[in-house]
Amino acid sequence: MIKLENLTKVFESQGQATTAADNISMEVPEGEICVLLGPSGCGKTTTLKMINRIIPVTSGRVLINGEDTTGLDTITLRRNIGYVIQQIGLFPNMTIEENISIVPKLLGWNKKRYLARAEELLDMVALEPKAYMKRYPKELSGGQQQRVGVIRALAADPPLMLMDEPFGAIDPINREIIQDEFLRMQQTLKKTILFVSHDIDEAVKMADKIAIFNSGKLIQFDTPDNILAHPKNKFVEDFVGTDRTLKRLRLVKVRDVMVKSPPRVRMDDDLKVALKLMVERDHSAITLVNKKNHPIGSVYRSIAQTKQGLCGDHHYGLRTIVNINDDLRTVASKMFSHDTTWMPCVDDQGVFCGEITQRGVTHHLAATYNDNDGALAELYQEGV
Amino acid sequence: MTQSKSFIVGVAALVCVFLLGVLSERSGIIEEFLFYQEDIVYLTMQHITMTLLSGGFAIIIAIPLGVWLSRSYMSKWSETLMQPLNIMTTVPTLAILALSMSFLGIGTLPALFALWLATLLPIVRNTYAGLKEVPEFLIESANGMGMPTWKILLSVELPNALFVIFAGIRTAIAINIGTVPLAFLIGAGGLGELIFTGIDMDEMVMMLAGAIPVALLAIIVDFIFSQLQYWLIPRGVNPLR
Repeated sequence: MIKLENLTKVFESQGQATTAADNISMEVPEGEICVLLGPSGCGKTTTLKMINRIIPVTSGRVLINGEDTTGLDTITLRRNIGYVIQQIGLFPNMTIEENISIVPKLLGWNKKRYLARAEELLDMVALEPKAYMKRYPKELSGGQQQRVGVIRALAADPPLMLMDEPFGAIDPINREIIQDEFLRMQQTLKKTILFVSHDIDEAVKMADKIAIFNSGKLIQFDTPDNILAHPKNKFVEDFVGTDRTLKRLRLVKVRDVMVKSPPRVRMDDDLKVALKLMVERDHSAITLVNKKNHPIGSVYRSIAQTKQGLCGDHHYGLRTIVNINDDLRTVASKMFSHDTTWMPCVDDQGVFCGEITQRGVTHHLAATYNDNDGALAELYQEGV
Repeated sequence: MTQSKSFIVGVAALVCVFLLGVLSERSGIIEEFLFYQEDIVYLTMQHITMTLLSGGFAIIIAIPLGVWLSRSYMSKWSETLMQPLNIMTTVPTLAILALSMSFLGIGTLPALFALWLATLLPIVRNTYAGLKEVPEFLIESANGMGMPTWKILLSVELPNALFVIFAGIRTAIAINIGTVPLAFLIGAGGLGELIFTGIDMDEMVMMLAGAIPVALLAIIVDFIFSQLQYWLIPRGVNPLR
């Protein structure tokens, strides 16, 4: 856990004082990623660099796991904080192995231990240790270098990581891949991470909390969903963009919105059974599954009303399906591209376990607005 | 194609060397040359000693000086201090020798001092420039990992500036070896003795007996330094590898 208390930085130049960070207070719980977000010159980087004192603090303090770091000497403080910068900062004169082992060596680990650690870390980011340990940074691609930059910061297993636009210099395709890889690592590592970015999409993807900065002040500190749904003022609203609700699609997983265990029919069920199920629920179609419970098609109400026979003989192929672990952005994209308003949801084994509809999605996204609008909420309750 | 070309060039060079050998043997130059053998050996040793002493001391003083000038607490002064160093590099080495002689008199010491000064400047300049060229983010990165300042200098800054520093040393030593013959003019000996006496007495062979070893010495030392540069600088920061 890290807590910033009234952290302030005033730069003096030619008798003029500029406040780069103005009384920043925030708290990031253990194991969470907090993205510091804002336009350039907003104070986010200054705030980050005051934590490991790359920039000296003017006033205020930083507490790590409840311990005030003000009295701690800079060297000890920094060895316990992983630090990743945009330019990566791998030392070109050292091999990958030497780069990764820097902090462990400074901490006095023995050779066997730090070599084993370097191998373990390289394995973690899918760089074959045998092939990469002895290489120099210039012999790696930009994406590989950034992976090494991240694992170098992780080498001594620090509880806290500071990352200053770590994926900023990587092309968009590789950036997505590295972000996903990093999030997967974070699921097991559970580090407390402060992450500077100027990219709202990256923030929404990575963050448990987002801190929005403007001209040295912390404007809003909240979950990504709340930032997008309830921007505190005009600045935040403009910064997150007019399509902010669309950005929220990314935050919600299919499994949280789908209707669970929906009705289904099998090949040898009679059309009458299908019709009965659809009438009961007022659906216009029903999903057809095979013996393994994989969705294979759908039976339409109009067909069930007019035709006789088995479902297996009167079904249409599926337009599309979606995995329950995908986000709603994928759902929206599939709905648009397949001209459909609903689709079956499957788990990783392909087993049918829910259905998602356009109305379900819009209801889910709109719920937060209703909750917070007193009058609307009352109306809603009366209606129910 | 290129292989057969270089083969032809190689054979041609060998033939030339052979013909030169025959020519010089016939004209009696070799015999005359051997007449100076003892002088050559003695003066070459003297020459090498002067280079080693002045060059060695120059390296020992110049690198710490360059490091000191490049420190951030010196940033206000370093450019101002570099100015006299830059101006002094433009002063011809012969002039430095003359000035040195007028202060320290005649002999080996003033010669060594002048050589040392002439060798010092390029090394200081390159050490300073090389260290200043190390990207700021590398130092920030090292700081962020909790490296002590001396460790940053030794394992980040110097290795990354080493190629530029080495280039400075190579230039400086080349200047040094080429200047040592002039040391004879203020009474310090060296192969200059044969060269200048040969010129004065209009003895072509005597002049060559000094000039050829100086040329060979310069080539051999530069080759040694190029090998050191190739093998000592880590592959990651060595553009030659």
